[in-house]
Amino acid sequence: MSLSTTILRSRALNALTSPHGVDRYLELINPMWAANDVRARLVDVRREVDVPGAPPVATLTFQPNSTWQGHRAGQYVQLGVEVEGARRTTRCFTVSSPGSGPGDRFTITMRANPEGVVSRYLVERAEPGTIVHLSQAAGEFTLPDRMPDHVLFITGGSGITPAMSMLRSLQRRTHRGRVTFLHYAQSPEHQIFRDELEQIRMAGYGVDLHLVYPETGGRFFTPMELGRLVPGYRDVDTWACGPAGLIEKVQTAYDGSDRLRVEYFKTPVVSNGSAEGDVTFSRAGATAANSGATLLEQAEAAGLTPTFGCRMGICFSCTSRKTEGTVRNVLTGETSSLPDEDIRICVSRPEGDCAVDL
Amino acid sequence: MSNPYKTLTADELEQFGAEMDAIRQRIIADLGEDDAAYIRKVVQTKNRFEIAGRALFYLPPAWPFAVAALSVSKILDNMEIGHNVMHGQYDWMGDPGLNSRMYEWDNVCPSEQWKYSHNYLHHTYTNIVGKDRDVGYGILRMDEDQEWNPYYLGNPLYAFLLMIFFEWGVMMHDLEVEEIVARRRTWADTKHLHRGMLRKIRNQTVKDYVLFPLLTGPFFPLTFLGNATANLVRNIWAFNIIFCGHFPTGVATFSMEESEDETRGQWYYRQLLGSANITGGRLLHLMSGNLSHQIEHHLFPDLPARRYPEIAVEVRELCERYDLPYTTGPLWKQLGSVAAKIFRLSLPPRRQPKSEVGTEPELAAA
Repeated sequence: MSLSTTILRSRALNALTSPHGVDRYLELINPMWAANDVRARLVDVRREVDVPGAPPVATLTFQPNSTWQGHRAGQYVQLGVEVEGARRTTRCFTVSSPGSGPGDRFTITMRANPEGVVSRYLVERAEPGTIVHLSQAAGEFTLPDRMPDHVLFITGGSGITPAMSMLRSLQRRTHRGRVTFLHYAQSPEHQIFRDELEQIRMAGYGVDLHLVYPETGGRFFTPMELGRLVPGYRDVDTWACGPAGLIEKVQTAYDGSDRLRVEYFKTPVVSNGSAEGDVTFSRAGATAANSGATLLEQAEAAGLTPTFGCRMGICFSCTSRKTEGTVRNVLTGETSSLPDEDIRICVSRPEGDCAVDL
Repeated sequence: MSNPYKTLTADELEQFGAEMDAIRQRIIADLGEDDAAYIRKVVQTKNRFEIAGRALFYLPPAWPFAVAALSVSKILDNMEIGHNVMHGQYDWMGDPGLNSRMYEWDNVCPSEQWKYSHNYLHHTYTNIVGKDRDVGYGILRMDEDQEWNPYYLGNPLYAFLLMIFFEWGVMMHDLEVEEIVARRRTWADTKHLHRGMLRKIRNQTVKDYVLFPLLTGPFFPLTFLGNATANLVRNIWAFNIIFCGHFPTGVATFSMEESEDETRGQWYYRQLLGSANITGGRLLHLMSGNLSHQIEHHLFPDLPARRYPEIAVEVRELCERYDLPYTTGPLWKQLGSVAAKIFRLSLPPRRQPKSEVGTEPELAAA
């Protein structure tokens, strides 16, 4: 930790800037100065995939401030952007560059999700120089310190990013073992990291690369196919990342083997405007059929006692985090399907499936 | 005073509520960059005044300017920023630094406790005598419907002390000391509040009365006194603005019975009649945290306060159409009427025969 960081994080400076904290003053002078908050400046945006009619994919390079503690290959980061300078929206993205140290530059490769505020903004509109808000890197989908002799990656679509970060780290660490890389993508034009993968394939270096394009005749994942490529795969350390459908198939194939580590993206729950579905209160571990009443009333009906105040949407006492699902604000009629969103449960009616941190 | 104004029919109330909801909807749909830029600019201004104030204490002849700058900073922090941010007015921005759940203000009252008594109790049950503890704050007699007893002879004195020690009064609000005195509540019932209070008292006093004075070395006593003065100026200003919000002549109060099972329209109606505005220029609006638009604030407590002046135009038009009063006046006039009330209510009711005390508020007001 540098001297300036030591001073900025000192108890004395904290006491002097109480109750707001040092960062609330620093950010007004220079958005990259902070004692605790992690921020980064966008340095470069490079298109990876640009096929007409399909959402573009880009690799974004970020220069974080010195509070960034670095990341281990495979970890993700929460990234918040302020579109039009007002509303900050935060989403999780996997880091695609090899493991980094404190303050090191890193890259994130993302597809501009047609319904995503953050990814569309970053891929299609953000200019270098844009400041983004970050969390520290997190996630357990990482490589162990002692590498096994044989590593297998099974990825689908943009699930390739954590595996790519791992592969790049392995190459930098001059890993001497075998790597089998099995990736499924729509078609060669939709292939992220195509040039780099091609180079890796040409170079050999113990990377056995299989790119499969089911749309152009490639066979989708089957245990038999995997067994043909990697005999005895259940005993091989495997990292699988991709859409839930692929991961389910892989999990079935591995039949509970502890060599398999998985990470998958959740498909967003889209509202159909009806109350049918289930409401999950994740902290209480309770689930009930969605009755169409407000979340506060449904939580109470399920025997929970969430904090509340006015019960009419003005006092914010009941604000809770909705992790998944669509809610309709009974005052404004507005619906919102964002994950990890703070909502006033007294004026929010779930539509379809919904999960709240209560 | 209870509610002397005309009551609306159920249909009118529903229509009235729908028109208020429409105003709200229109503003929410329009929130964006300008509102974000505005509040950030106010925070920036507050910080500049704060830094200037702290720095000027190194220059003893500039002492009055140091105190003035620090006072402005504390007033902005508590009113236009703290009060409004903690109402959730800027939660939509998604900025943790301006979020109602995380914001802490430059005041000894812990934000968590203030939000409970203010956002929930005061804003939900505004001016319902017996339910809204902001009617007299448990220590003053601010309404005819609070029964007189000899303790209230000290009304002006208590009000004066509350003004001087306002931030401490606000902090102690949740303890409900008067309930403890009346033996309806025990000290142990307030235990959950103590830790938060002590921590906040420690942070605030260490900063203003130990660290910053120490940093100015030989000028310790001057800085100490200057910080105390800035806190005092903020206390006096905040007290006066807040007392102009619900106590001037013309503001109605309500009984618990008449406020039971309210519709949304009735709630808007009560908020409108239970609040009073202060007329003045932009500086007054800024320094009062736009509580000079107390009526609009009570109708739409979670809309950014900078929108209240434009909302006021529509609210006044609604009041004219529904033939409802809109209580407002210049600061000196509102303050005068509050002071007069504090003195008048310190004495027992004169004109009413004793038998009528405690009858229905409608009759008492007639």
